[in-house]
Amino acid sequence: MSKNIKLMQGNEAIAEGAVIAGCDFFAGYPITPSSEVSEFLSSRLPKMGKAFLQMEDEIAAMGAILGAALGGAKAITATSGPGMSLKQENIGYASMCEIPCVIVNVMRGGPSTGLPTLPAQGDVMQAKWGTHGDHAIIAITPSSVNESLYETIRAFNLAIKYRTPVVILTDEIIGHMREKVVIPDKSEVEVIDVKLPDVPPEKYNPYNYTSGKVTPLAPMGEGYRYHVTGLIHGETGFPSQKTDVIQNAQNWLIDKIYKNIKDIEKFEEFQTDDADILIVAYGSTSRSARQAISMARAAGIKVGMFRPITIWPFPEEQISNLSKKIKKVLVVEMNMGQVILEVQRAACGSKIYGLHIVNGEPITPDNIFAKIKEVSEN
Amino acid sequence: MIKTKFNYDYYLRKNTLPHIWCPGCGDGIILKALLRAIHKCGYSKDEVVITSGIGCASRLPGYVDFNTIHTTHGRALTFAIGMKMYKPKLKVITISGDGDALAIGGNHFIHAARRNIDITLIVFNNYTYGMTGGQYSPTQPLDSFATTTPFGSIEPPFDVCNLAQAAGATWVGRSTSYHAVQLEKFIVDALNHTGFSVLDVITNCHISYGRRNKMKSPVDMIKYQKEKAVPARSAENMSPEELIGRFKTGVLFEAKDKPEFCGEYHKKLELLKTK
Repeated sequence: MSKNIKLMQGNEAIAEGAVIAGCDFFAGYPITPSSEVSEFLSSRLPKMGKAFLQMEDEIAAMGAILGAALGGAKAITATSGPGMSLKQENIGYASMCEIPCVIVNVMRGGPSTGLPTLPAQGDVMQAKWGTHGDHAIIAITPSSVNESLYETIRAFNLAIKYRTPVVILTDEIIGHMREKVVIPDKSEVEVIDVKLPDVPPEKYNPYNYTSGKVTPLAPMGEGYRYHVTGLIHGETGFPSQKTDVIQNAQNWLIDKIYKNIKDIEKFEEFQTDDADILIVAYGSTSRSARQAISMARAAGIKVGMFRPITIWPFPEEQISNLSKKIKKVLVVEMNMGQVILEVQRAACGSKIYGLHIVNGEPITPDNIFAKIKEVSEN
Repeated sequence: MIKTKFNYDYYLRKNTLPHIWCPGCGDGIILKALLRAIHKCGYSKDEVVITSGIGCASRLPGYVDFNTIHTTHGRALTFAIGMKMYKPKLKVITISGDGDALAIGGNHFIHAARRNIDITLIVFNNYTYGMTGGQYSPTQPLDSFATTTPFGSIEPPFDVCNLAQAAGATWVGRSTSYHAVQLEKFIVDALNHTGFSVLDVITNCHISYGRRNKMKSPVDMIKYQKEKAVPARSAENMSPEELIGRFKTGVLFEAKDKPEFCGEYHKKLELLKTK
């Protein structure tokens, strides 16, 4: 069978990935540069008999996908900076109540209304810390249109497997560029489906903090009646202020992600074997970095790259290991210094440099090559 | 259809009691009326979903044995809409206080009404933010007192029913926690209506509201409900001056010709199938 190859926009690839993953509910609110995700799904989902809603604001869109997800839907929303800020309280609710959902944030410049619609990568820390309280999250940074499709499928799988919100943290460049995509057949990709619990309703607890296993979230309306609350709750789902219950619940929200980091992490190493300088870059910036590495190698400077695909939880161990052999690390990102803070923590034995350009333009290979030369001579 | 004899215990999660409500609070009266109404409608416990926001009233779902979602402040209707759109066969009810439904949740209130989605919203309207200590709410009467209106309120209150009707709700009614029998009947009517139904229930918070407004005891506040309620039909023969400080009760608006949202969506899906 010949391959199904299409020229596609990044945002369209996310919509296509959602369809392949079996997404059956979208709710959103228009905001550039993410609107194409909802435009594509407003046509695709109804044709498949599935639900599409444009809500009155981003808060409502986030609430609606959680309501649907509690009914058993594979649900997604898409937004950009200001909308991502509005969604934060209900993202915290999804973390607290362990409701699977996918949130696309096509990053533009900020803060506030910022730069519609010019690229930036300023929402990396927000993806992790945007909502209040202790919790963990999964965030994914695709760097191509093709990867946007496949990582959206993975985002749905991780959301269901770990009962957590998963953020697809893409950026205006990836969202709006057009590239070749190889569309897989459903049989070629792993798709995790929503399941009923394997215990009868009378034995079902919606939460499990102690066995280390993630309990499936029973779709409501199927005989498993339970209570969901954003208050700290015990394993039965009812609120509790007992110290041991609170601590167990808090530990669990972090542990279920961090103790499974090997399953959740994904990254790419590029020409790191002989490198004297390691670039850390993600999303669209990693594309310029790749070009800059060719330029540097042509000039006799050995540079490699570590590219996190899963950016949260952060791949500390890999960066720590690389920093044992590569003593200069250059972090390139379209923000004033966010991921560099994580790299400084993980690669404390190396000298860390940063290239942070936030002027509404992509960071170019020339920008990066110039910085590489500076680092090389330092 | 359940044809068993009504029994509160069947619907209560007794292990979650006692509830958090103060002695004399009207919320329990509404809870009981809701359970009787659900029984009368014959819904199974598995097909009922109750969402709520934040506040005293919004603690109700925890006590009743249905599919229950205690959501974020003001957002109960958004969760309800997601659930109803995804599983239209379920009976979705939203419980919300006056602050929850009309201040922080006001946007969702009007848009749910505009869509005319088949959800029943019951507003527990006690004119105050009881849980946070009695700050003024968007339904608090003019010139009355709260912890944040120590010199009397200058903000005109919302009329929940007028707002719901103007925004597009197709069943709108009002009762009180004093009129418990009428209340039950209205909940049955609202649940049986296809479309967005809003029932405004005047209830009492003597602790946070009454105490600051010369109605210290639950009895004072129940008397207020009894004396200030004007059946809609009687109100027709009263002058605007006579209605000052009073509120209309009854089924205030009902429209059967406006299409319901999920039904319309389903029609579109059927149309797409044939294309």
